[in-house]
Formats: sequence, C-alpha cells, structure tokens
Amino acid sequence: MIPRHLTIGVCVMLVVAVAMGLYLWHMSSAAPAEGPVADTRPVAAPVSGNSEHVTLCVAYDDSGVLLSQGADVPLPEGRQQRAEELLRALLRLYLDKASPHPLSAGSEVRSVYLVDPGLAVIDLNSAFADGHRSGVLVEELTVASLVETLALNNPDINRVKILVDGKERETLAGHADLSNFYDVAAVNQMVEQLQPAQ
Amino acid sequence: MACCLLLLFTLLLPSAADDDRHISVYSNAATYTLPVLSREGKDYVGLLELLDPLGAVSAQTEGRRWKIRYNRSAAEFTAGESRAHIEGRVYDMPAHFLLENGRGLVPLASLGPLLSRILGGPVTFHEVSRRVLIGSVAIHFTAQVAKREPPTLVVNFSSPVNPMISTEPGKLLMSFTRDPVVAPGSDFLTFDSKEIPSARYEENNGTARVTVNSGLPLFASFSNGGRTITISSAPQAASGAAPSSSPPAAQSAPPAQPAPAAPSSAVSPPAPALPAVPVRFFAIVDASHGGDERGAALTPQLAEKDVTLDFARALRQQLQGQGLPALLLRDSDSALTLDQRAILANRAHPAIYICLHAGPLGAGVRIYTALIPAGGKDNGPFRDWNTAQASFLPVSRAVSISMSEELQKTHILARTLTAPLRPLNNIAAAAIALEIAPSVSGGTDFDSIAYRQQIVSSVAAAVVSMRGQLEAGR
Repeated sequence: MIPRHLTIGVCVMLVVAVAMGLYLWHMSSAAPAEGPVADTRPVAAPVSGNSEHVTLCVAYDDSGVLLSQGADVPLPEGRQQRAEELLRALLRLYLDKASPHPLSAGSEVRSVYLVDPGLAVIDLNSAFADGHRSGVLVEELTVASLVETLALNNPDINRVKILVDGKERETLAGHADLSNFYDVAAVNQMVEQLQPAQ
Repeated sequence: MACCLLLLFTLLLPSAADDDRHISVYSNAATYTLPVLSREGKDYVGLLELLDPLGAVSAQTEGRRWKIRYNRSAAEFTAGESRAHIEGRVYDMPAHFLLENGRGLVPLASLGPLLSRILGGPVTFHEVSRRVLIGSVAIHFTAQVAKREPPTLVVNFSSPVNPMISTEPGKLLMSFTRDPVVAPGSDFLTFDSKEIPSARYEENNGTARVTVNSGLPLFASFSNGGRTITISSAPQAASGAAPSSSPPAAQSAPPAQPAPAAPSSAVSPPAPALPAVPVRFFAIVDASHGGDERGAALTPQLAEKDVTLDFARALRQQLQGQGLPALLLRDSDSALTLDQRAILANRAHPAIYICLHAGPLGAGVRIYTALIPAGGKDNGPFRDWNTAQASFLPVSRAVSISMSEELQKTHILARTLTAPLRPLNNIAAAAIALEIAPSVSGGTDFDSIAYRQQIVSSVAAAVVSMRGQLEAGR
C-alpha cells in the first residue's frame, strides 16, 4: 500500500514538470526566428579631442588614381591612437554612401602599432579583407591609400606591415601582397604613378 | 545454350568496356596508361597503381581505413567516405573512396587536386579526355603552311614526338598516346591554303589527336630530331593528278629517339637530326588563379581564372608563331600557389615571365612591374627570395613601356604601374603582369576574341621588339 502523502507528492511533481515543459516550449517558440545580425558599427568608441588638420591619401576608382585631401579629424594624445584615428577617418570616407572607393560594411582598423625604429603595423579586421573587391588595381589602391596616409602624417615611418585579425595573410583579396613589409619609399613611387595624368 | 552465351556476353560486356577506357599519365619519370573502372556509375582509378611509377609508394589497410605513403607524403582514406586527409589537411572528394580487396580506388574527378596535394607540385588533369600531366611536361606545337610547291604544313613541337600516323580520305590523323601534346590556342586551326585549309586538335580516352584536313592525299615526314613533322600532298597529287578515292596506306611514325629517319615517301628532305635536349623556353606565361581560387568576378558568369587562361593560351600561340618558345604554367583549371609559380618560372630560366590577370575596374590594359618589398639582401651567389626581381627591374620596366606603346598603337588604353603583386618580386628574370580590363569602362568584353587577339598581338610584338635586350639579360 503506497502512502497517500507519497502519491500526492508524485502527482504534484508531475504537474510541475508538465507545466515547466509547456512554459519552456512557449518561450522557445516565442524567440525570434532570425539569426544574429552582424554588427557593422565601429568597434572603437568615438574620440573626443581637438580637431587637427591631416592629409588623407584617397583612392578614386573611377579614374584609378590617388589624391591627397585635407581633413579635420579629432585626434587623441597617444601616438598609436592618433595613427588609428587617422586611418579610421580614411575608412569612414570609404564606408560613406558616396564613397569614391567602396569597402565592405564592417571594415575596420583594429589597431595600429608603431614599433621603433620606423615600423608601423596596421591590423585590419577580417570583414575588411574578406569583403574586399578582388583585382590588382582595386587592391593596390586600398593598400597604397592606407600606407601613404599613415606615412604622410608620420614622417618617421619607413616600413609598414599589414595584418588581418592579428595574423599574417598572403594577399588582401587574391592580388595585393600582404606577406611582406612595405617600403614607404617604394610606395611613394607607386603613389606617384597613381596620380592623375597631367 | 543460347541463354548461357547471352549471360556470358552480358557479364563480359562491362569489363570489356572498362578495358577500353583508360587514363594516360605523363611525367618526367614515366609515361603510362591505367584502366579506368566504373563503380556506382562513376569512374575510378587505383591510386597505388597511379603513384607507383612516380616514386616510392606503399599502402596499408586498417579495417575501413587505407593509408598510403608516397615518398614523404602521407594520405589517409576511409572506405565509403569522400573525406580524405592528405599531409594532415582535409580534402573532400566528389565521390566516395572505395576499397576492394586492399586496393584503394579514388574517383577520377578528384585526380587533379588529389595528385597535386600528394605530389606537391603542379598537376594538369584533362578530365574529359582522361590525361594527367605531372609537372612541366606538356609538349606544345605550332602549325604553319609554308607557301611553296606543293603547299606544306610544318608542325613544330617543343619536344620530340612519336605519334601514330594514319590517313583517311581527305584527312591525315596524328594520334599522340605517349606524348603529352596539349592544345594550341585554338582547337580549330585554319590556314591560308586551298590544299591544306585546316586542322583540328582534339583529346579523347587518354589520347591527343591532330587531324589535318585536305582534299589531296597527304604524307608526313619527320625531321629535327622528331620535333618537326612536315605534311604535304603526295607527288602525284601535287603534280595535278586527281585525288585518289582509295585511302593511302597508314603510316607509323619513326621512333622519336634516337633521331628518326624520314620515311622514303617524304616529300621534303629531312633536316639534320639534332640531339634531344630540353627546350629552353623564352617566355613563361602564367594564367593567374585557377581551381578553387576564382579571382575577380568579372561578370556574374565569368571568373578571372577562366579569362586569364584564354588569354594565356592565345598569347602562347602568338609568341610561338613568332618563333619564341613559350610555356604555360597552368594549362587547365588547376591551382598553383604563388611560391610554386615562382619556383617553376625560375627553374625554367626564361627571358621573360608574363603573368595575366583580369579586372573589371577601368578600361584597357594595365602593365605592372614589381614593387620590391622592404628588407631582403642577397647572400653571395644566393638571391633573396622576396627581392629576387630587384636587379631585373630596369629591363622589366623597359618591356612594360614597350608593351604600352604597342597597345596604344592599336588604340587600346594602356598604363604602366608598379604593384605589390606576387610572384613578380620572386622572379629572377624580366617579369611583368598584365591586368586586362574591358575595352571601355563598365564593359564586359573580356571574352571578345577580337579584343583578345588585339592585346596578345601587341604584347607579343613588344616581346619580339625587346628580344635582344631580354636575351642579354638572361
């Protein structure tokens, strides 16, 4: 003979289990069906600081050229942070709707490391490289624009290395070499060739 | 009795059909054929038998797993599964691996990438015709009609060849079973001759075949150590006799090595036989991308890798037509790493390396020379890998300017630039890269034959004009 209190206890537990199951099913069916949406907002927080006049080397796909362009950009105190903000200002231009050289949404400069003597390491995020258009000229314009913008505003830099998500990558999107260090003097000559014909 | 015979015939029929289908493998080590087996409606080939003539190979069966070791490379397959592990890396085959009495069978369709990974070098696989070319063994040819009496078709090969030659009414057939002859720029060649108007290249069942069309009976003769086949009409036909309706007797080519003696029926006297030496290619033409690496999407249907291959084949034909032996680094939809391209090009010691790209941006042709990266220093006689191009830059730039001028003569927009584009900086020879854009900005005429011909003609003309300087820098 099963004690009465034990029967009541088991029944109560069964009811609770069924109720919890129904609640779980209700919650899971109420959850949104779509997957997570990629967050394309910039990783870094907006910088507050005095605006300074800088020179950006901007790529123009239509004519396949690079043009120097002045801009007022709020720059922080630290040398590395200034370099990062400089390149982020360049990327904002490229991510704008009226971009002369569109980059994929979510493209971002993760960090810039300045290593003495004269070495700058630009760390891009994977969205930058994975979503970049493929082609010799289009990739060359991107690389030259980044390196030259950094070098124009930091005359001490003479070599530049580009990483993607902190790792070395063979090419940007199948063409522009990212496995070697860029010699700024050689990039200057390349940029001269990419100036509009006189 | 009749039923028994029918059953026997039915059982034998598939194996007989299998026996007729084979794959031809060409390499520097050996040239051989293997039977193709039909399993589950797909074509298979034994991997151990395939690798055996190429090097030291051993296989081991552990239950469903089959391990094979070739020289220093190791690969592992599992019966009934399409995933293989080669040198610790995963490779997915298009069909299951089969294990039959310890014999490992791999799908024929997987051979190109599979062999490339196991052998660690370039492998060109013509799947439809079942021909595998391992390394730079391809034999290229050019064909031209010499304007003399009787009209003569001169076919020059980059290495000695030994085809089976037969004739049919209106045709002379050259079948290359043991020679890795590959297609010229176009499969259908036309000549400015009424007597020998055309020739067709085709591949089938492991054999390449060149069919020369003519209204007259043709005869072939060999010269130049088996590198030249001269085809002309028979004397009676050349003297104006009506073409014979009965086919002439089939001819078999003389052996390529040692130097063949020309058949007595030869119309043109054979040239002195030359010793069989490896061909030294003047130009290396490199069609960028290939295999899984599609390059830029030029149109929704057109990938950069396909356009570069078409241009590369046309450029090779154009260069060879001007007497400059040229080699394609890839002659099919196969993948090569940038290092492999540089190694193969440097090993060939060419006078010039020409890399082909295509991109939708802008118009015309952009001609690139290498942007030399920072650092790198030669060590005595050893060149630094990343800056090997440095001392060749002046001649590379001179070639790029010459090409720009030639292109502009034909009203094609041309621009000379520097680019951080590997493997240009690794090449120890004059090296340039071309990025072909549409003829007008926003256009899509990448596959226009006329546009392609205009470009390759200009490029070849520039190379010819720079020949002396390129030879001097070799």
